[in-house]
Amino acid sequence: MRADEPAGSLRGAPAWRTAARRAGPPVTVVLAWCAAYLANEPLWDLVVYDLLGLDRDSRVGGGIHFFLYDSIKIALLLAGIIFLATVARSFLSLERTRALLGGRREGAANLAAAVLGVATPFCSCSAVPAFIGFVASGVPLGVTLSFLIASPLVNEIAIVMLYGIPGFGIKIAALYVASGLIIATVAGFVLGRICPSRWVESFVFQATLRGVPVVAGQRLTWGDRVALGREEVARVLRKIWPYLLVGIMAGAVIHSWAPEDLIARWAGPDNPFAPLVAVLLGVPLYSNAAGIQPVVEALHQNGMAMGTLLAFMMSVVALSLPEMILLRRVLKPQLLATFAAVVAAGILATGYLFNAIL
Amino acid sequence: MHIKILGSGCANCHTLAARAREAVTNLGLDAEIEAVTDYPTIVGYGVMTTPALVVDERVVLSGRVPTTDQVAHLLTDR
Repeated sequence: MRADEPAGSLRGAPAWRTAARRAGPPVTVVLAWCAAYLANEPLWDLVVYDLLGLDRDSRVGGGIHFFLYDSIKIALLLAGIIFLATVARSFLSLERTRALLGGRREGAANLAAAVLGVATPFCSCSAVPAFIGFVASGVPLGVTLSFLIASPLVNEIAIVMLYGIPGFGIKIAALYVASGLIIATVAGFVLGRICPSRWVESFVFQATLRGVPVVAGQRLTWGDRVALGREEVARVLRKIWPYLLVGIMAGAVIHSWAPEDLIARWAGPDNPFAPLVAVLLGVPLYSNAAGIQPVVEALHQNGMAMGTLLAFMMSVVALSLPEMILLRRVLKPQLLATFAAVVAAGILATGYLFNAIL
Repeated sequence: MHIKILGSGCANCHTLAARAREAVTNLGLDAEIEAVTDYPTIVGYGVMTTPALVVDERVVLSGRVPTTDQVAHLLTDR
């Protein structure tokens, strides 16, 4: 049965009426989303400043407004982005990506793996079977690592949110994507050169593939894709709302209370150690791309240099303890440590580069 | 009927196992449900995205959590 087939009662109705009835709910949802997005700021202006009578320039007033406005804005953006990204990604699958990468030589394949790492639907809980599946089917180790680095590092949520921060726009979003892809490509290439396969647990190479892989995208109808998108929005929002609230609260506190000259002095363009400190702080911190965004926005407004800021954000999202623990199942500690060091070095270099050129 | 749920034990795998059990009960099937968490075995089925559903040694679904109805459909329509 096809989900997008018209229901029996509609059969025989004029084509335009069927089309209109089917397009109705999606159009309503899109319009409601736009209305909520546009009404968000005026609404909280009205509630916080006019109804509650708080001062726009006071710390409490500004902080509360930032918190309420940002929570709604981020929730709306997230729902929209996750939905669109999930539907777009349902056309690609990990199996198809592996087929595209199999048997290629290192170099260009690293870049291809990084790009596919961003575009392929992938959850970090599948990191281990994906790693084994890639390596067992002949994708070079370094190319596989490029894929695994790019996947969390260049995040669609972070792209759109950076784009949405006032003063960032398309330029910073593009810089973030380009530098993320370069870091994943180069780090994978370097690791492929220096890391011998004896640093990979031996059972990976003994794994044999049998059976016919299921190509997830083949049998999906548009109805299925929309349903996948809706489920993904619900799943991600359920999982990350605590990170989000903590991030927005931290953002509101920085926004209102952090002394501007303090951040500008310690993490501004003049301090040569700022990106280093940002990466060292960011690696053990673990948050979601969405949770870190309000902090990024507030730090930016308080004068943190752009390269330092991007380095901080990337180190928070790219290297996380839960993923390291998962990867430990297939990578020996030496390779795991080298992996973290190479990625951190790449992020650090990006931070310095952007501080120098922006 | 022999049903296997492939996955490292994440939340998605537990959800899939629960729905498979529910579908089996609803259909009144005589089926054994087994969870497979061993990575080499999972990859041995050609599966790279978990959770995956295997019915009588054939992979029928991987990489997403279906509804109970969809599982029932997969179990009967083979």
